[in-house]
Amino acid sequence: MTDAATPSDPRPPKPRPAPVPDPDSAPYWAAAHDGRLVVQRCENCGTYQLYGRDRCLVCRGPVVWVEASGKGTVYSFTVIRQNYARPFRDWIPYVVALVDLVEGPRVMTNLVDCAPEEVAIGLAVRARFEPVSEEAGIALFELDR
Amino acid sequence: MTTKGRQAVIAGVATSDYPLLPDLSEHAVHGQAADRALADAGLSMADVDGFASAGFFPMYALGVTEYLGLHPAYFDETNAGGASFEVLVEHAAYAVESGAAEVVLVTYGSVQLSQMGRTLGTGAPGGAGALAPGPAIYDALWGNTLVGNYALAAQRHMHEFGTTPEQLAAVAVTMRKHAASNPFAQKRELITVEDVVNSRLVADPLHKLDCCVISDGGAACVVTSAERAADLPNAAVYVLGGAHASTHQMNLSAMADLTVTGAAQCGPLAFRRAGITPADVDVAQLYDSFTITVLLTVEDLGFCAKGEGGAFVEDDGLGLAGRLPTNTDGGGLSACHPGMRGMFLIVESVRQLRGECGETQVPGAAIAVAHGTGGMLSASATLVLGRDAP
Repeated sequence: MTDAATPSDPRPPKPRPAPVPDPDSAPYWAAAHDGRLVVQRCENCGTYQLYGRDRCLVCRGPVVWVEASGKGTVYSFTVIRQNYARPFRDWIPYVVALVDLVEGPRVMTNLVDCAPEEVAIGLAVRARFEPVSEEAGIALFELDR
Repeated sequence: MTTKGRQAVIAGVATSDYPLLPDLSEHAVHGQAADRALADAGLSMADVDGFASAGFFPMYALGVTEYLGLHPAYFDETNAGGASFEVLVEHAAYAVESGAAEVVLVTYGSVQLSQMGRTLGTGAPGGAGALAPGPAIYDALWGNTLVGNYALAAQRHMHEFGTTPEQLAAVAVTMRKHAASNPFAQKRELITVEDVVNSRLVADPLHKLDCCVISDGGAACVVTSAERAADLPNAAVYVLGGAHASTHQMNLSAMADLTVTGAAQCGPLAFRRAGITPADVDVAQLYDSFTITVLLTVEDLGFCAKGEGGAFVEDDGLGLAGRLPTNTDGGGLSACHPGMRGMFLIVESVRQLRGECGETQVPGAAIAVAHGTGGMLSASATLVLGRDAP
């Protein structure tokens, strides 16, 4: 995905939207900014979870952020062929996927550096990171060939 | 919903004009539907002591009551997206049966087509999650669209159960057949499975004709007690049972299984409260934002087993002579989809039970199910309505 404006749209490229960190999410976006994928682990029952929350989804136990492997599999995907919102319309067609991390939590993401036809449910993928602001990054995924 | 004391009924229903209303404000659409539903019930605004509605702004019901000049003792604006109106009517039934209200007016109105054009679903800046605060940002960064969320569910269903694009298309084909008999329907020309699968992909595997139309329009109903309805002009339709459920809000990544909606929870509960089984249902009005929405719903409500929805809907399975006559007005896929279509499902259910549906009347329909699905497959609500007193 590049952020080049299309010939029919001479405006300067619009950057990817950036999350505004809040007390629950700041460690997640900061880690991705530094090139790491983190998930929350419950200190009471061991459950892994995303997104970031104050407590464990299962038992309301205390949670800590731990580094994840950055690996997962495609749970489902779609190829977006119509989106009027910038910057995405400049990238059509592109792949939106739900990825099940090996640690358990599921994340939505873009699969990049692959043709839409190459994507299938169950494929192994790995995270790569892109800073989107001074304090936040996002985890994109690519095929783990 | 109760075996002793007061029994809630729907005494009047109406739609506004649709599908294109450039000369009406959103509130005026509420007003038009409200006047018609009250007239259908043989009542007037002066009889209304309860009000419910839902829309895209906080304190929404207060705004509509202000516009209509109502000062109800009971009001509700529970927002479950497209499923809101099944919830609101369930709540209204409880209000009537508890004695909190005597006549509850429930209205919906939208001029989405005139105001926003056809980009809804594929154009929200920053994704649909931008509409919601907090955690919704997690799924809002990827250029996913409303259509894309349902496409992710369809893709997963196809992967797990071998469901085909042609089976999904069959839903749209049947809805269009029904719309052909509805003079107000937005799309009335018959289509084939080939037309659907050859229409352009919007978000794989969903094609343009797998997606609902975008419309202006509104609808309303009047909920009261069987006792109050006894001397009103139209046959009362009994609210036999209702239930609702949610699996997530804006983040589809928080939905445990994309092939199982909240209908699997609220459907059986609503049927139990109504004292019926899926086999008792004569006609269904199932929220059809997308073809996959209907396919998931027939499975989750128990009309067929999980994974068998494709076989259930193909070959006109949802047609008038099919396994489950569904969306007899043409549904959101063809007739009218102004954004939160749930009230239309209730209006059409009542018309079926009153035998008023003409060419698309299901003969002898005695039990109808209206089932709403809202958000990103987020919320589900089932309402069971009956022609005869429980």
